Amino acid sequence: METKNRTIFFEVCNLSISFGGLDALNDISFEVHKGEIFSIIGPNGAGKTTLFNCINGIYKPDGGHIIFKGQKIQGKRPDYVARLGIGRTFQNIELFTHMSTMENLMLGRHRYIKAGLLRGAIMWAKRSFAGREEVAHRRKVEEIIDFLDLQSVRNKFVGSLPYGTQKQVELGRALAMEPELLLLDEPCSGMNSEEKQDMIFWIKDIQDALGITILLIEHDMKMVMDISNRILVINFGKIVTEGSPEEVQKHPEVLRAYLGEQDNLENIA
Amino acid sequence: MGELVQTLVSGIAVGSSYALMGLAMVIIYKTSEVINFAQGEMALLSVFLTYMVLEYYHFPFYVAFPSALAFALLLGFFLEFAVLRRAKEPNVLGMIIITIGLEMILMGFVSWKFGAEPKTMRFPLSPYDSLSLGEIFVSSLEALTFVVALTLMTVLFLFLRYSKLGIAMKATQQNKMAARLMGIRTNRILMITWGISSLVGCTAGLLIAPTIMQPYMMWDPMLKGFAAAVLGGMTSLPGSVFGAYIIGVVENLFGGYVSIEFKSAVAFFIIVLVLCIKPSGLFARHYVKKV
Repeated sequence: METKNRTIFFEVCNLSISFGGLDALNDISFEVHKGEIFSIIGPNGAGKTTLFNCINGIYKPDGGHIIFKGQKIQGKRPDYVARLGIGRTFQNIELFTHMSTMENLMLGRHRYIKAGLLRGAIMWAKRSFAGREEVAHRRKVEEIIDFLDLQSVRNKFVGSLPYGTQKQVELGRALAMEPELLLLDEPCSGMNSEEKQDMIFWIKDIQDALGITILLIEHDMKMVMDISNRILVINFGKIVTEGSPEEVQKHPEVLRAYLGEQDNLENIA
Repeated sequence: MGELVQTLVSGIAVGSSYALMGLAMVIIYKTSEVINFAQGEMALLSVFLTYMVLEYYHFPFYVAFPSALAFALLLGFFLEFAVLRRAKEPNVLGMIIITIGLEMILMGFVSWKFGAEPKTMRFPLSPYDSLSLGEIFVSSLEALTFVVALTLMTVLFLFLRYSKLGIAMKATQQNKMAARLMGIRTNRILMITWGISSLVGCTAGLLIAPTIMQPYMMWDPMLKGFAAAVLGGMTSLPGSVFGAYIIGVVENLFGGYVSIEFKSAVAFFIIVLVLCIKPSGLFARHYVKKV
């Protein structure tokens, strides 16, 4: 009874999408609880990123529901989904490359900024409405810059930053939106081990300190097993299994589909 | 000496109308990287409708001109919404071809509805009144165009740089997907861009109409405006305005001292030169995309 009365935080229900004859996702269902780190793993081409694209509205699924805070969001526009409080980072970084780090993060605040043309035009001092608003948002962005150690690149064009730092800026921009659900698509790809350690630390911190629920796609098995509360395994667009890291590691199909050979068992344990 | 200064001043005067067209093109290019070849004809339609309102329905100027601007705004909204947004899997080249198609349709419509013979547009200022500063003569219409071009440039510059909408436009241009994920309705942004651009173009049209008014009146200013925008780097508003002055002045000097027949060709000779020597344009901060 209890589970029925509780409002579902985030749920995907019988989601399907196909491109041409290819079933990219086939009858995917899972639920994410508030405050957890929920990882999605699977081999390349399994449909992980497609799933993210369905969630934040880039693709319109052929069937099924996606429910966020009691509201159906499948087929809605990406900007609408973003305004509901779902943030996202990409596997291949999508930043405003000709803007500074600060400006990128300020764009994350876009949905909160209220001063329109008129009030913006009469912004002469810090005491005006637009002035106060600007100060408040900059303060928030500065907090994120401190949180992610981005002080040194605050005013640099992000296009010229190293790859790992760009990933950080993208994470920062997603955080600036103050999302309730954050979709991270391979946040550690292309990073060196030191940057990876930092990223893992921040992801945990985002969960603990900021209370943001995280949906994570990642190939680094050690990291996934380390930080996830629960894991969903998909392959060829279908669910293989779902459960805690311990359960998933023992699942025979996971070993076959994801790791190929029995010998690799020790590596993930 | 007086003659030279007069040529320079007329050059700047002529450049002002190119500047307005250049601004209009830059605004659309800045958000979508589409070069809008229908820019002139969008203005043409607004101008001819203004003519109709003034001549056939005898409305006063203070009704006709604001409604022309409002119509231009809506026309921009409409064309983006009804035509460009319908393009399936659009790419920039396809979009440019669509604008060329629009250009022909609008031009055909105006020629069919109003005929190709030249008309005279009534205007509060006569193009033949002139202000004289010593030996230099400037028509009051030219002076007005100059002031309007500079004012619009300043307003648009501030708007794009500092307003929320302006920043959303900048974000849309740089990364449409990311902009949508920030909660920006990029479709609406593009629509607003077209509206504003059409409005600026219409202003240019209304200021050109008293001197010359027939269905081909906007073609030359549009091409020169485009030239000016390229000269200024295609994304810089001040760049396009100063590019327009350069083209206007050089054109007039060339017409006055070398050859009147090749006067118009000079603009394009300048473009070729600029593209050879400084391909990013004179005013653009050029960003190189790192691979």
